[in-house]
Amino acid sequence: MNTEKLTSSVKGMMKSFGLPRIIIAVFLLVLFILAPFVGVNVGTSLSDTLNRFGMNAVMVLAMVPMIHSGCGLNFGLPLGIIAGLLGATISLQVNIPGPTSFLLAIVFATPFAVILGWGYGQLLNRVKGGEMMIATYVGFSSVAFMCIMWLLLPFSNPTMVWGYSGSGLRTTISVEGYYLHVLNDFLAIRLSDHLVIPTGMILFFALLAFVIWAFLHTKTGTAMTAVGSNPIFARASGINVDKVRTLSVVMSTWLGAMGILVYQQSFGFIQLYMGPFYMALPAVSAILIGGASVNKASILNVVVGTFLFQGIVTMTPSVMNSMIHTDMSEVIRIVVSNGMILYALTRKTEAVR
Amino acid sequence: MTLHMTKTQKVLRFMGNNTVPILFLIICAFGIPLSGYSANYLISEVVVRIARNSFLIVSLLIPILAGMGLNFGMTLGAMAGQIGLIFISDWGIAGIPGMLLAMIISTPISVVLGWWCGKILNMAKGREMVTSYIIGFFMNGIYQLVVLYGMGAIIPIRSNALVLPRGYGIRNTVNLIGIRKSLDNLLTVRLFGIPVPLVTFAVIALLCLFVLWFKKTKLGQDMRAVGQDMEVARAAGIRVEHTRIVSIVISTVFAGYGMILYLQNIGTLNTYNSHMQIGMFSVAALLVGGATVAKANIRNVFLGVILFHLMFIVSPMAGKNLIGQAQLGEYFRVFVSYGVITISLVLYEVRKKRDQSLAGLVLAAEQEETV
Repeated sequence: MNTEKLTSSVKGMMKSFGLPRIIIAVFLLVLFILAPFVGVNVGTSLSDTLNRFGMNAVMVLAMVPMIHSGCGLNFGLPLGIIAGLLGATISLQVNIPGPTSFLLAIVFATPFAVILGWGYGQLLNRVKGGEMMIATYVGFSSVAFMCIMWLLLPFSNPTMVWGYSGSGLRTTISVEGYYLHVLNDFLAIRLSDHLVIPTGMILFFALLAFVIWAFLHTKTGTAMTAVGSNPIFARASGINVDKVRTLSVVMSTWLGAMGILVYQQSFGFIQLYMGPFYMALPAVSAILIGGASVNKASILNVVVGTFLFQGIVTMTPSVMNSMIHTDMSEVIRIVVSNGMILYALTRKTEAVR
Repeated sequence: MTLHMTKTQKVLRFMGNNTVPILFLIICAFGIPLSGYSANYLISEVVVRIARNSFLIVSLLIPILAGMGLNFGMTLGAMAGQIGLIFISDWGIAGIPGMLLAMIISTPISVVLGWWCGKILNMAKGREMVTSYIIGFFMNGIYQLVVLYGMGAIIPIRSNALVLPRGYGIRNTVNLIGIRKSLDNLLTVRLFGIPVPLVTFAVIALLCLFVLWFKKTKLGQDMRAVGQDMEVARAAGIRVEHTRIVSIVISTVFAGYGMILYLQNIGTLNTYNSHMQIGMFSVAALLVGGATVAKANIRNVFLGVILFHLMFIVSPMAGKNLIGQAQLGEYFRVFVSYGVITISLVLYEVRKKRDQSLAGLVLAAEQEETV
């Protein structure tokens, strides 16, 4: 009787958590357990995982507002990334070294994110029901369009443009001397030679996550959730559905812009041209791994999902390489991330909106 | 509702329904003189590309008929075709027999993959396109697992020209010297100095005839019914799920054959890239031809191939002559390919909404009349 109750409650828990998530969590746990036996330093791995968590978490957070308002998974994340890239490049062009450049990048990125996000939101309001496919292609075409722009825009800072022609931005631009590691090194805690906690970066994410969490509990935030769960009911209760949706898209786009800036300051380079092309997929699958679905997501999903996804991305190459001397991590990453998206897209309950 | 329209209205409507092809005609009209290519060169290039790409694009038609949108899952068929080609290269079977054998090998793989893809798409009704798109990515992972790690280790591959120096996995590029242009060169006629691969065109014509015939069969009519309204079709006794799966299977099998045809013309296989680009280019070409997510026919395929590839050929040169950078033209054509898909998808959704509200108005008017 008691064991029956226990098994049923365990089953219920498993059901609510979802089998794929359990498999991924167990897989990551096994990797961490195996690591010391195959000669991989757990401290370094944990440090790498934390670092990658900080780098990617804001971009994953960018999924939340749009999922809440019922716009689906934001496959158009590259648009936000482009706003961030514009902010970053303009900040470097203004050429004020040191941490100020990071603030400047945020300041310059914001208007682009708002304008692009507003236009993108207007577009998505006209294609309700088909958002995800169109978002994907909005992302792709904007990246391709910016490829042309990076060549033509009149940037002139010698660290950014091609040396021999003096015009056209390079494919990768170093942010050394500007905002390299400004967040990483802020209050960083060095526990040992291998284990460093990038406090500033995680605090920055925590701040943004808190703002989003608080926003979702305000009146407008509640309206957003209402629009997402039942647009007809929301309209009946006097909410301007299109306006709320546009707001959510602007927020997602801005968070995408912030996400890429955080990513750059840790990674050390601005990646232009085709760099942002496939950046939406890891973010989408991370939030889904964290337990979100096509129309439901929370901050907890972001934290759990980013940690699990980035944990696997960090751990598989090192552990697998030491175990079987082959790097299968790329294949595992593709199968896990896209498998997770497929799983979410095929859930029956979520197909009806 | 009256259907009388003035001439301007008719013209506007025609333009509205053919926005994308008209846009492309304008791009080509500017691009061709800028590129400075001769007419002869352009026509022969376009003929080559019609022979190379049409088969792949025709494979997209049947899922559209069944109302499943653009089948981005055609990459699955392309993978199956490539696996067939890897095997015949290993066994050293050249020429037409080699191609036929590659097709025979690809068929069961395509059927299984297509069936699986159809099953999943049935679980994601209403968002087939984005799902089939992700399926393409997912299977790319499995394909890499099989080809990069399985082949030579578990699946026997003997040829040193194929296997990576480490002893397993297929090289990045595979030279398909054995079957290169074997179909194209079977019977080539020079029309006004332009070589035309007659046999390839005959094969494509056969496929087009098959599609036209298929639309008239019982199964084809069932698909049309399913495409128009799934619930009505179900009430009429059509096995909706089954019909949808069959349409994807047919598409996948044809995409596999199309890939083999495509690669025999190119002559080299980019083991890990060829299949990924093909889905995007085929879909873009079909849309350029004036197809929509819900309606496409053979005419769209050929108009699309001609316009899309004209743009593709001229844009690097045009970019170079206009601004002095060939790179710019290359980015431009990538942008146009994605832009076209975006515009078509948006127009389709907007039109669908407009038609729905129009239908609602008509219904309301009718009810008022009866009252």
